[in-house]
Amino acid sequence: MEVKGIHIRNMKYEDFNDNEYLEKYVEELRRNGVNIFVGALNDLINWGRSNSVWPLTFATSCCGIEFMCVGAARADFARFGWEVTRNSPRQADVIFVCGTIVHKMAPVLKRLYDQMAEPKYVMAVGSCAIGGGPFKDSYHVLKGVDEIIPVDVYVPGCPPRPEAMLYGMMQMARKIKVQNFFKLTDNNKPLQENEHAGK
Amino acid sequence: MNTLENKLNATETAKVETVDGCIVVTVEPCQLRNAATLLRNEGYNFLFDLVGFDSEALGVEYLLSQTAQPAHLLKLKSQTNNRQHPEFPSLSSIWEVANIYEREVFDFFGILFIDHPDLRRIFLRTDWHGYPLRKDYDATANDIPTHNELIPDMETSHSISLHGGREADEIHSLFENNEYVVNFGPQHPAMHGVLHLRVSIEGEEVKKIDPNFGYIHRGIEKMCEGYTYPQILHLTDRLDYLSGTMNRHAVCLCCEKALGIEAPPRAQYVRTIFDELTRIASHLLGWGCMCMDMGSITAFVYGMRDREKIMDVFEETAGGRLMPNYNVIGGLASDIHPNFRRRVAEFIPYMRKMLKEHHLLFTANPISAGRMKRVGKLSLEKAIALGATGPTGRASGWHNDLRKIDPYAAYGMVDFDEMIRSGGDTFDRYIIRLDEIEQSLRILEQLIDNIPQGAYCEKTKAVIRLPEGEFVQRVENSRGQFGVHITSRGDKTPWRVKFRSPSLTLVGALKETAVSHKIADMIMIGGSLDYVIPCIDR
Repeated sequence: MEVKGIHIRNMKYEDFNDNEYLEKYVEELRRNGVNIFVGALNDLINWGRSNSVWPLTFATSCCGIEFMCVGAARADFARFGWEVTRNSPRQADVIFVCGTIVHKMAPVLKRLYDQMAEPKYVMAVGSCAIGGGPFKDSYHVLKGVDEIIPVDVYVPGCPPRPEAMLYGMMQMARKIKVQNFFKLTDNNKPLQENEHAGK
Repeated sequence: MNTLENKLNATETAKVETVDGCIVVTVEPCQLRNAATLLRNEGYNFLFDLVGFDSEALGVEYLLSQTAQPAHLLKLKSQTNNRQHPEFPSLSSIWEVANIYEREVFDFFGILFIDHPDLRRIFLRTDWHGYPLRKDYDATANDIPTHNELIPDMETSHSISLHGGREADEIHSLFENNEYVVNFGPQHPAMHGVLHLRVSIEGEEVKKIDPNFGYIHRGIEKMCEGYTYPQILHLTDRLDYLSGTMNRHAVCLCCEKALGIEAPPRAQYVRTIFDELTRIASHLLGWGCMCMDMGSITAFVYGMRDREKIMDVFEETAGGRLMPNYNVIGGLASDIHPNFRRRVAEFIPYMRKMLKEHHLLFTANPISAGRMKRVGKLSLEKAIALGATGPTGRASGWHNDLRKIDPYAAYGMVDFDEMIRSGGDTFDRYIIRLDEIEQSLRILEQLIDNIPQGAYCEKTKAVIRLPEGEFVQRVENSRGQFGVHITSRGDKTPWRVKFRSPSLTLVGALKETAVSHKIADMIMIGGSLDYVIPCIDR
């Protein structure tokens, strides 16, 4: 099946590194065909959503400083419509997990995630959030934030450069673009979410 | 020293010796309080740090300093073989800052401090099993918690009866029943990280603050015990990431001192330049964030813009932006980039010009000055008692700049002023940061054209083993005196590593300074103290 509609304004489709992955994802989503009317409406809504994602102001450690750099003058994520950082999880679309998550913080992060309204996204920024990073041997550190909440995009680095975060943001914009807005809870979220919630 | 020994021996049997030019006083636990009182009267008014240790016997080591002779450290040591009920008298009535340090040692070692007013866990959750820094700690004893922590409103104090037996633990409430308590954090944009404050307020006025740490406690000190010395270096950058280079510098100096080597002059110069660039970057960010706490987004954008210039210099030479990972034991990881000198030389006049603009934009603004002046006053005595070093202490008139007191690297060769003010209010703390940027530029100016040629790193053995002993090194980072305390048993890994975080005492200072001010001013005072939470939690 031909893949259409995953072009985002800021970067060419060919310039991304992992297009096969996204194509497979789209194929899976559209396996049962797409209603023309709903599909068109979907595209319109997703166009709007992917260009105005509001992140939560959340950072535990070093990556937070690079997150601030992304918000400041040089990298400036306002160019992509991401600039409205929200202080309340109720108003945020995406949570950037910037920094190490430790045992004491884990229930707090879970609660923040639960407080966010659907559809919501998680970006694991930096090696600590991905897999514990340099602190993986510690008695008090989570080996990756995906132990407690589902993650949409991983941005490696210790800490990642602002450009890497921007790349991760654009990947997320593509992900938002291909999703079926009217069936979000059915097929767009990874299965682990419910498993983890019951743990 | 002899007079000190005589005085100590007149009252008790204390062992006084000099190890590597540092006086070590060893006493029995029951005599600890008397010895401490005596030392306090002798002029040891600054408790630099408290190190708990587990060398089969559990013990405590108080690192003391005098404000009259700040270059010298004295160690007051005591240990007990009772692992079931290790008990020491609390010294929080002698040095106020001991309050927070003793809670930390209780949390990590399970050592009870008798008569401590408020002995609760400070970093770990109240339902945590075991004491992680003990050598027999079982790392698998705790699962990832899934429920929120119920933080008790009770203070616990342990006392001993006259007959020697333990009295029932005294428990009293932290807040009164009719008090209105507001939670700040751990996820709060103005908390500069994941600090959790419980603030009791009356109307808009702050009555009492109870800080709660540990939301980013990574157990770095325990991890260090399993890592080799070059590996430890990478963790130090991530303590106080805004002064990562200085922290790393401290560990490098400590290891070099123990090994008896010295970095070549070229490395000394470049290390100093890196330290000062880091200080400028940190102060710019601290300035921007403090102004943002007061509602000025412009200052934040300006500060970050100028900071990017420094990040470029770091990136070109060291490869990392926020964390250059550049110092190694014996010198530098690599030689400087050919553009390094030109870039730094260009940065100095640029920053001077921008500083003028920053002053014009914000310092000269009557609204901001009106908010900052006479708010959050910290007196000189309080600053010393609370161990609030760095720009905060200097704003209160305390000469505590280690670059002047105990010069390391190239600081002895350069001409600069230690910035001292006397007011101790928020405005003084604010202005002292901008003044220090100016002084850092002066240092850079003197060093950048004179970097000596030659090797950039001293040769070290492939496997670095520190000789047996205890090694302490202090450096001035952008928030105050950062200290490393390494206990080595001659292995390639240390037996115990303790970092002295300047930010921890700054939160102690917040508890004092913000009381009876408006809640909006508490945020601003916090911004002016400029603490970094991952450095506190370690």
